[in-house]
Amino acid sequence: MADTNTTDRLPPAVRTEALESLLTERGLVKSEVLDGFINRFVNDVGPMNGAKVVAKAWTDPDYRQHLLADGTGAIKELGFAGPQGEHIVVVENSDDVHNVVVCTLCSCYPWPVLGLPPEWYKDPAYRSRMVREPRTLLSEMGLDLDDDVEVRVWDSSAENRYLVLPQRPEGTDDLGEDELAALVTRDAMVGVAKVSAG
Amino acid sequence: MDGIHDMGGMQGWGTVAIDPDEPVFREPWHGRAFAMGAMSMGLSGTNLDAFRHGLERLHPYDYLVDGYYGRWLACAETLLVDSGVLAPGAVEARARNLTGETVDEPADVEENKPVYERGGAGSLREIDDEPAFSPADRVRAKDIRTGGHTRMPGYIRGRTGTVHALRPAALLPDTNAHFEGENPQHVYTVEFDSAELWGPDAEAATLRIDLFESYLEAT
Repeated sequence: MADTNTTDRLPPAVRTEALESLLTERGLVKSEVLDGFINRFVNDVGPMNGAKVVAKAWTDPDYRQHLLADGTGAIKELGFAGPQGEHIVVVENSDDVHNVVVCTLCSCYPWPVLGLPPEWYKDPAYRSRMVREPRTLLSEMGLDLDDDVEVRVWDSSAENRYLVLPQRPEGTDDLGEDELAALVTRDAMVGVAKVSAG
Repeated sequence: MDGIHDMGGMQGWGTVAIDPDEPVFREPWHGRAFAMGAMSMGLSGTNLDAFRHGLERLHPYDYLVDGYYGRWLACAETLLVDSGVLAPGAVEARARNLTGETVDEPADVEENKPVYERGGAGSLREIDDEPAFSPADRVRAKDIRTGGHTRMPGYIRGRTGTVHALRPAALLPDTNAHFEGENPQHVYTVEFDSAELWGPDAEAATLRIDLFESYLEAT
């Protein structure tokens, strides 16, 4: 058991530097490898990936069907796979059902399609309340749902990762896949927002 | 374990604010702590479940104060020290030396990486057992109490729900986190009505959660 309730610990920034210095001098990590790892999550892996998946599902009925039946496979077809994406399940919003994703035990999140979770997803308020008072919390976050809409909350407690397929906004019939992808937000793919036509 | 991490249903946390301009890493050290946290599993000879349990083992005060990447950092240190890759106190001593103090750093200790069987990469596993439950079956989450790692949140214990879907089988985190074997099992998405979880005055909602077969019993 850790016994580190130590209010006099040095701040994490310098402890991070200390850990990196200990590991590099032992030859266990290379700073350039850390840089590459960080750059990948800053530049290459993020909600722009999920947005492409959603836009394709909105414009290609066969792909949508494939995506809902085999999320992992359909997402891999677009080139997205990796850690925290071993088995991705896509859940579709409709006029009757609204899906929203949480991880109460830590902050499990579908990295290959959404990147790393934002602060609000990791916030104790989100983790504690989304399973208990989802309508109230969604409303506080700016999403008011009608009483007759079923709210489905997915608690990612094992290795399945969930991606919400939001509803395509009205008035977007003329838009192509790339233009649609630009409208799709991370928040809509977690289920705390809807996609608006811009 | 019944720790600070098991937050589902806790009250009193206030509201959630979305910062639309949030960068991936708000501070440079966040990225480096994340990267070293991810690498700490391999370097310590442990696994993802041990890492998650490492987060749970942080003191509740530290868990909250450190924030997400601070937890990754502290957890990396925990696993590396448990495995003898770093000596206890090595990080703190090095940090003090980096900030201008002069303190002795502890001598290296003997490596003590866990020895255990691994069934392959990742967490998903093929198993031959027939699933004990099928979609639409009524099931109860067992009243499991453990001081170790588990992926069954406290708010589900003893509650009755309906199997929604069978998911790919996966190794059992409860034993894998402690290097006691993978025990791969069927995994089910189970649906619970909000009133079953939070009482008759609960907000109308459906909760779906992924549970390992050994967490469940027939009703």
